[in-house]
Amino acid sequence: MMSQNRFDILIVGVGGQGVLLASEIISQVAMDAGLDVKKSEVHGMSQRGGVVSSHIKIAPKVYSPVIFKGKADVLVSFEQAEALRAVDWLKKHGLAIVSRTRLVPAIVTSSKEFSYPEDAIGMLQMKVARTIPVDADNLARELGDPRLVNTILLGVLSNYLPFSREQWVEAIRKRVRAKFIDVNVAALERGRLITLETTGATR
Amino acid sequence: MKELLSGNEAVARGAYEAGVRLAAGYPGTPSTEILETVAERYPSIYSQWSPNEKVAFEVGIGASIGGARTLVTMKHVGLNVAADPYMTFSYTGVGGGFVVVSADDPEMHSSQNEQDNRIFARFAKTPFLDPSDSQESKDMLLTAFEVSEQFDTPVMLHMTTRISHSKGVVELGEPAKVAEKKFVKDPAKYVMIPGHARGRHAIVEERLDKLREYSESTPLNFIENNGSDIGIITGGVAYQYAKEVAPDFDYFKIGFGNPLPLTRIAEFVKKHKRVIVIEELEPFYEEQIKAAGISVEGKKYFGVQGELSPARVAKGLAEAGLLPPVETSAFAAESLFPRPPVLCPGCPHRGVFMALSKLKVTVTGDIGCYTLGVLKPLDAMDTCICMGASIGNAIGMEKVQGAEKGVVAAIGDSTFFHSGITGLVDAVYNKSNVTVLILDNRTTAMTGGQQHPATGKTLMGDAVGVIDIEALCHGLGIRNFRRVDAYDYEATMAVIKEEISKPGPSVIVADRPCVLMPKRIMDEPYVVDLELCNGCSACFRISCPAIAAAKETNEHGHPKAIIDPTLCTGCTLCAQICKPGAIVLKGQFVKV
Repeated sequence: MMSQNRFDILIVGVGGQGVLLASEIISQVAMDAGLDVKKSEVHGMSQRGGVVSSHIKIAPKVYSPVIFKGKADVLVSFEQAEALRAVDWLKKHGLAIVSRTRLVPAIVTSSKEFSYPEDAIGMLQMKVARTIPVDADNLARELGDPRLVNTILLGVLSNYLPFSREQWVEAIRKRVRAKFIDVNVAALERGRLITLETTGATR
Repeated sequence: MKELLSGNEAVARGAYEAGVRLAAGYPGTPSTEILETVAERYPSIYSQWSPNEKVAFEVGIGASIGGARTLVTMKHVGLNVAADPYMTFSYTGVGGGFVVVSADDPEMHSSQNEQDNRIFARFAKTPFLDPSDSQESKDMLLTAFEVSEQFDTPVMLHMTTRISHSKGVVELGEPAKVAEKKFVKDPAKYVMIPGHARGRHAIVEERLDKLREYSESTPLNFIENNGSDIGIITGGVAYQYAKEVAPDFDYFKIGFGNPLPLTRIAEFVKKHKRVIVIEELEPFYEEQIKAAGISVEGKKYFGVQGELSPARVAKGLAEAGLLPPVETSAFAAESLFPRPPVLCPGCPHRGVFMALSKLKVTVTGDIGCYTLGVLKPLDAMDTCICMGASIGNAIGMEKVQGAEKGVVAAIGDSTFFHSGITGLVDAVYNKSNVTVLILDNRTTAMTGGQQHPATGKTLMGDAVGVIDIEALCHGLGIRNFRRVDAYDYEATMAVIKEEISKPGPSVIVADRPCVLMPKRIMDEPYVVDLELCNGCSACFRISCPAIAAAKETNEHGHPKAIIDPTLCTGCTLCAQICKPGAIVLKGQFVKV
């Protein structure tokens, strides 16, 4: 498992899914808890529907803003196939939190050359024993806003980081616009109900 | 007070703390957020977007000579555009402190090359400072202004994508009290006629000697002794990567990168059994250190292409025999379908590139979102070199190939104002038969929707007049000027076809605002009538993210189409090319 106060977290998704806001909130929690934190992502062309990733490194003193490939403690994927693309960043016995979201790009639809994996979550589980699949789209819709996917996934992640519920709520307050705070806190709480144990994924 | 800031936000904060009075630039990834942050959070600083980096730099020179501390920002290739004023401003020196931020893009995340602009600073005989995180980005900007004023020189702050776009904890300071300076008339310093410039060149060489002494003593260049017989010389983000993977070696960290503190480096090297230089892109430090007769190793372990990373640095050090071999990842990544960036749903560029693709004309392209028109299935761009190049490229191609098949230059509005206008002057002057297609989406979309001379607003939010492209073209002597609705596929195609067959230069403005900026455009979404859809896949080939394969198939097993109503903006393009007429608005849905 992760050592007490050092965490390397990689978040991946597709442009427009809210990867950047999620990584802002995680970084805020860590900073408020008195830890050093750096996070890194790339803007620009990648945001036009391409793959987006955000590296977050938390420790008493952080040097590199980029994770050592193969040493991430947690991989959070906002899209099921993207987890497979990024899984080589994850360390042995690392934790994968993956939304069941499927975003099939136009290039797959328009050409016979490429296909989207039938069961990306299953493929991921074959590799990573500690995988938590999250039905985040449906949960977000139940909470009344499909954009809450990212906060639900943060809720799941929060179970595995040494910060209190109150610290997470405080970070959301700082990073989310006033009228969206309550729904985001609700989404966090919903995510916190989901763990390796509840998804029966432990092996 | 501590805040989590990106390198770019930290530079903006630094400008505030340094008492900067004017900040100018042109948007370009990864530099853009510096001026955006200045305008948003520190409105006491006058800030502006200029039409291009050269003008921004020249505005900055004027402000500096006028006595103000001045910040100018651009991406690495932007400094190529501003190279002319930069090289000579080095001769005149400054009035108020002057710092140019060059934000380089190793790995070319959003650029056409990965040139290493540390070389540029040396070429211009100016110092550069090389921050390795957000805190240093702010601190070094403050020092850069002091250096600029103390040594009468422009100073480069050398940023890279990882520094600009990574966030870290920054300790904020208070704004400095900077003594107000005024313009002091001094033609021998500021008017670079040959007689004056010869004198100034001598001063530049003396200045370099003084800067060399400074470099030997400044705390920006420091040694970390850990009692190792292995030494690392490094700077920028490479320092952070190296510290992460090899914390126990001794370090010589270079923060002040030109001129190099070669005396101190020689002493450092003498005290160590082996010394490795770790730097991103070019062997800039390594070559100079070796040229001074000091024995170091470096690039043979790390290469000159792309970004470094902790893993790459560890691999290089393992290859040098200084670290154990790097273990391969526990899990293998799947090789999946690619997910390239694509034009947004409703993007007004889509139909234009569909038309160009259909017409099979040669298209010289330019820098912007629309460069994505090169990707399959649109596949409608033949060149893209640098900002504004499309028009000159088209002229040259047309001159040697003839205009029979038509050469079209495709250029965005912001890029046209940046450096397309001079190309168009050339087309008129030299009687070229090119057709210039200005993709006018009324914003600088690629970098996130910045204002430009035809948006009607400035960076600071003031309403201003709009430069009228049509009147401008008329003034230049363009006789064939057309305007088309970029959403009207047939009309766009017809107009391009007509104009490429006319002698003389033509300009076509493809007119439609960006769907994202300044405001999100969401009209009624279209739906697919699955009974009418015959699975021909024509709509898949327009590469719209809103169109996906349905579960239903046609008699050959080819999937029919569905449209994601949350993504569709109602641009109508797919409906226009759907032969069976299966793509309709909900109200038009006819059950057969």
